Amino acid sequence: MTITDFDFICQILKTRSGLLLTNDKAYLLEIRLLPVARKWKLATFDDLVRLIRTKNDEAVIRDVVEAMTTNESFFFRDTKPFDQFKQICLPAMIKARASSKTIRIWSAACSSGQEGYSLAMILSEMSAQLAGWKIEIIGTDLSGEILQRAKDGLYSQFEVQRGLPITLLVKYFQQTGDRWKISDAIRSKVQFREWNLLNDPAPLGKFDIVFCRNVLIYFDQPTKTKVLAGIAKQMPDDGYLFLGGAETVLGISDKFQLLAGQRGIYGLTGGIKAPTAFGTPGAGASPAAPR
Amino acid sequence: MKSCLVVDDSKVVRMVARKILEGLNFQIVEAENGKLAMEECAKAMPDAILLDWNMPVMSGIDFLRQLRKMDGGQTPIVVFCTTENDIQHIQEAITAGANEYIMKPFDSEIIESKFSQVGLL
Ligand SMILES: C[S@@+](CC[C@H](N)C(=O)[O-])C[C@H]1O[C@@H](n2cnc3c(N)ncnc32)[C@H](O)[C@@H]1O
Repeated sequence: MTITDFDFICQILKTRSGLLLTNDKAYLLEIRLLPVARKWKLATFDDLVRLIRTKNDEAVIRDVVEAMTTNESFFFRDTKPFDQFKQICLPAMIKARASSKTIRIWSAACSSGQEGYSLAMILSEMSAQLAGWKIEIIGTDLSGEILQRAKDGLYSQFEVQRGLPITLLVKYFQQTGDRWKISDAIRSKVQFREWNLLNDPAPLGKFDIVFCRNVLIYFDQPTKTKVLAGIAKQMPDDGYLFLGGAETVLGISDKFQLLAGQRGIYGLTGGIKAPTAFGTPGAGASPAAPR
Repeated sequence: MKSCLVVDDSKVVRMVARKILEGLNFQIVEAENGKLAMEECAKAMPDAILLDWNMPVMSGIDFLRQLRKMDGGQTPIVVFCTTENDIQHIQEAITAGANEYIMKPFDSEIIESKFSQVGLL
C-alpha cells in the first residue's frame, strides 16, 4: 500500500462516515478491505483502490465504508446507563409528558440492535406503569448490513451471555438452533432506519432521550462537535443524552452539560432541570460540575 | 476477599475457572461433584458458587435444591455453568434457585459479565 493510496482511502472514510484513521491503522485497512476486494472479484487492496479511483462506483465505496465500521455491541452495555435510564430518565419523562403520554428515544449508531432492544426490554418490564403510553425507539446506523442484523434480531450464544440477565433471555428470546431470536413483542417496539450521523438529523424528528454511544470515539473533534450540535437541535429542553464510557462533551460541545450528581448523562446546557425528586443523594439544583 | 466454590467434575474446567476467578479477586475452593460441594458448604458457606450440571455422585441441580433448603443455604449466589443450553434446563435451574446461568463454552468475559450482573464484582 502506498502512502497516497492510504491517504486516498482515509479521505473517503473521513468524508463518508467521519472515521478518523491514523497512520498506525494502515494494517486495519488491508485486513478489512481485502474481503471487499474479493467481493468485487479483485485480487488485492491495490486493485480495489484503482477501481475506486477510475470508476468512483458508489456501491464499492459504500462497501469500503461499511467494512471499516466497528460494530461491537452488547445488551445492557456498561449496565449503569440502563439503570439511569430506568431510574432517572423514565420517571422524569413520565411526569413531564403526562399529557401527551409520548416519549421518543433514539439509539443513534445502534449497530446490531442490542441497545434499542435492551431499552425495549426495560420498558416491557415496566409495562404496568406505562399503560396508555406511546414510546417509540428508533435505532439508526450508517451500515445497511448491520441494520439487517438488528432487524433479524438473531444473536449467538456468546452475544446473549454478555450483559443480558438470564431471566430476560428466558423471557424475551426463543432458541433457534445454536442462536437466540428476540421475541416479536420486543422486536416490534424498535424501528430501524439507515441514517448517517454526519447529516442534519432534522428529518428524524425530536427525541426526548438519545443514546449516542461508542461512535463519537471514531470521529475527529470538529465532527464530534457537529454531531453533538445536530443532536442538541433535536432535543427538548428537558431531554437526556447518553454517551459511551470513553466519551465526553468536555472541550467538545457547550450544548450539553453533565446532569447534576450523575455520571454519564447529559442535558442541554441551561435547559435541564436537576432530577431532585429522584436523584441520588447530593443531586441538588446546583449546576452540573465536570467529573 | 470473596469466596467462590467451583463445582465441576472436569479438572480442566475447574482449573480454567479458578484462573479467571482468582483474577477477579476470589478465593477459590473446588469440589468435583455435588456431594463434595455440600460438604464444603457445611464447613463454610461461600459467597458464590459456580456450578456444573452433569456430575457423577450428585448433579448440580440436586445439589442446588439441597443447598437452598440448608441452614444459610439461601445466601450464596449460584451461577450455573453447563453445556445444557436449552431453555427447559435454564428454567429448571432458575426455579431451583439459581441466580445466573452460563452456557458453555465460556470465557473470562462471560464470567466477568455474569458475576458483575449478580453483584459479585
Ligand atoms: C461500536 S458500535 C456502537 C453500538 C452501540 N451504540 C453500543 O454502544 O454498543 C458503532 C456503530 O457506529 C456506526 N457508525 C459509524 N459511523 C457512523 C456514522 N457516520 N453514522 C451513523 N452510524 C455510524 C457503525 O456502523 C457501528 O455500528
